[in-house]
Amino acid sequence: MEAYTEKIREISERLLKDGTVEAVIGYRKGSVENSNEPCIVRSSEKINDLVWDSNCRINLANYLTNRKDKVAIIAKGCDSRNINTQIIENKIKRDQLFIIGVPCSGMTKKEDSSDLQENCKVCHHKNPVVYDELVAAEVEETKVDRYEDVKKIEAMGVEEKWEFFKDLLEPCTRCYACKNACPLCYCPTCFVDESKPQWVGKGMDPIDVRTYHFLRAYHCAGRCTDCGACESACPQGINMRHFTKKLEKECFDQFAWEAGLNSEERPPLDTFKLDDPQTFIK
Amino acid sequence: MKVIKIDKAKWASGVSSLQGTYKIIGPAVDGDAHNFKELAKGEEPDFNFLNTKLSPKSIVFPQSEKMLEYSVDENKEDHHIMKEVKKDYSPRAVVGIRPCDAKAINLVKMNFDTDDYKDPYWLKLYEATTFVGLACDKPCDSCFCTSTGCGPYNEEGLDILLKEDGASYVAKALTEKGETLLGAAGFSDAGDEAAFEAGKKDAEAKITSSVQTDKLKDFSTLDLYNADFWEDLSFACLNCGTCTFACPTCWCFDIQDEVKGKDGVRVRNWDSCMFPLFTMHTTGHNPRGTKEHRVRQRFMHKLKYFVDKYEKGIMCVGCGRCVNQCPVNIDIRKVCDVMNNHVPEPVK
Ligand code: SF4
Ligand code: SF4
Ligand code: SF4
Ligand code: SF4
Ligand code: SF4
Repeated sequence: MEAYTEKIREISERLLKDGTVEAVIGYRKGSVENSNEPCIVRSSEKINDLVWDSNCRINLANYLTNRKDKVAIIAKGCDSRNINTQIIENKIKRDQLFIIGVPCSGMTKKEDSSDLQENCKVCHHKNPVVYDELVAAEVEETKVDRYEDVKKIEAMGVEEKWEFFKDLLEPCTRCYACKNACPLCYCPTCFVDESKPQWVGKGMDPIDVRTYHFLRAYHCAGRCTDCGACESACPQGINMRHFTKKLEKECFDQFAWEAGLNSEERPPLDTFKLDDPQTFIK
Repeated sequence: MKVIKIDKAKWASGVSSLQGTYKIIGPAVDGDAHNFKELAKGEEPDFNFLNTKLSPKSIVFPQSEKMLEYSVDENKEDHHIMKEVKKDYSPRAVVGIRPCDAKAINLVKMNFDTDDYKDPYWLKLYEATTFVGLACDKPCDSCFCTSTGCGPYNEEGLDILLKEDGASYVAKALTEKGETLLGAAGFSDAGDEAAFEAGKKDAEAKITSSVQTDKLKDFSTLDLYNADFWEDLSFACLNCGTCTFACPTCWCFDIQDEVKGKDGVRVRNWDSCMFPLFTMHTTGHNPRGTKEHRVRQRFMHKLKYFVDKYEKGIMCVGCGRCVNQCPVNIDIRKVCDVMNNHVPEPVK
């Protein structure tokens, strides 16, 4: 990891000095155990703030939305796919970016630095899918069954599912860290904040809490890269990826789709094709 | 003040004997952490914790609280008349609240109980509650209470301070409410006050983290408000509710009407200055339109506006919750030091 940090600093310094970019979006060392803080570096004096290790959980693509300047961004496999998604959705232009790609060996849990995050355990795209320069040689990709957890829930009976989701969301305080950490959630006014009409109550009524989660997940369908930023951000330790992953699986099964692999193809729920499977239309 | 010694063997039965008179709210395992909850008959407060994940502020200030109810059915005689929702305000005791969180309740009281305004909902719950504190002999790494005018043995806001002492607890009754509770539990053996002095010294020495706040009040508000450090400090922020919801001193709320069919309730929900909606005007204009504005608000409120308005130090008791729970590691200790050490540009 130290080699990664060195290389990130070297590339960043060069880019700032030769004026390729105005700023570098990366991570600086955090103040509590197993934590780093996303940061923006604008001058070479601050280059040594930049670090890389397995605590870079937050998806930096989240900090690109609607930027006007030219920046360098440090991107893991998942971040790079969300950068593509931001490009497709006109939130940033490719030529505003210098992507410093990081072949990723997985992020660890904040509460246990010896354990990989759940999404990282089943990641199929550890290497950035788009970049201008890599900080190291690509790592080997592993293929595992990505959907074991989803299948487990699919196999549950109705009652059991109800209980499972009820328990899952019971500790939620609606702090919205999950949606705010997500690079897909950039609407100027989120549906939870709309008041004319008001789609959902704002209190702790379980129906409202669930409505928030279901709707958020649906808005991520076909766009979610399973970067895990949402889950890592949750102060209540809620595994809300269960929702987005189910939708990811549907998109994969129906359309052989994986989000953000390139910056041209629009996500399936955003397009119409004559040969789309439409067995649901009765 | 009365000091009582309680044999640990008699503790559980004493607490449980209170359960006819008081609801007992205490720390209990909740997922991967502890939180306060109402204990079932015979359930003992679990003192094997550093501090709870969520602060106990919700005991007097629930996250969602129904205030008023009404009907819009014009066939009813009392339609469109707001009525107070009937609630249980019977006596309750929070057993095992940490001194920082108790001080925080006192601090929130400055807002809910003033000469001009008295918040009836908050006050009724507050008055119904007896606060039984548990001194912190093992503070966490991120606690910095000794530099926020608090401390692991701080007594503010408490009715009783409890301390573990080998095979017993020593309890100091600090108010009449506290004495009443100890009496009701049948705890009456005399204890030794000296245990508190020694414990306090040891515990304070274990707190390694601190903030500097001495210069905050001397700055002109605008020097801090217009300082150039806010972009850097706020860059990572997600504008979530994690820090303010977890914080025992954050008191902001929003009021909503919820109507189903012809029946309505007026509810108040915790709100947070980190949310864009917090300051959104009906025109669509938002005076705190950017993340930087919102982060600045949170820290200016805690570390400058509050300091100036109340002259009681900062609006933070140093519990460390926001420090540990912020998903992007924005640390109030660092922000406070940056603010305190700020060197304003000389006036030209
Ligand atoms: S981050 Fe966690 S607690 Fe916050 S809204 Fe999302 S699921 Fe709920
Ligand atoms: S929903 Fe979660 S996993 Fe999916 S892109 Fe957003 S933050 Fe990443
Ligand atoms: S600001 Fe943070 S450390 Fe201070 S009282 Fe609130 S949660 Fe605790
Ligand atoms: S910091 Fe923000 S949420 Fe907390 S009390 Fe102040 S304005 Fe309200
Ligand atoms: S400081 Fe941290 S916890 Fe608070 S709103 Fe920002 S990201 Fe959320």
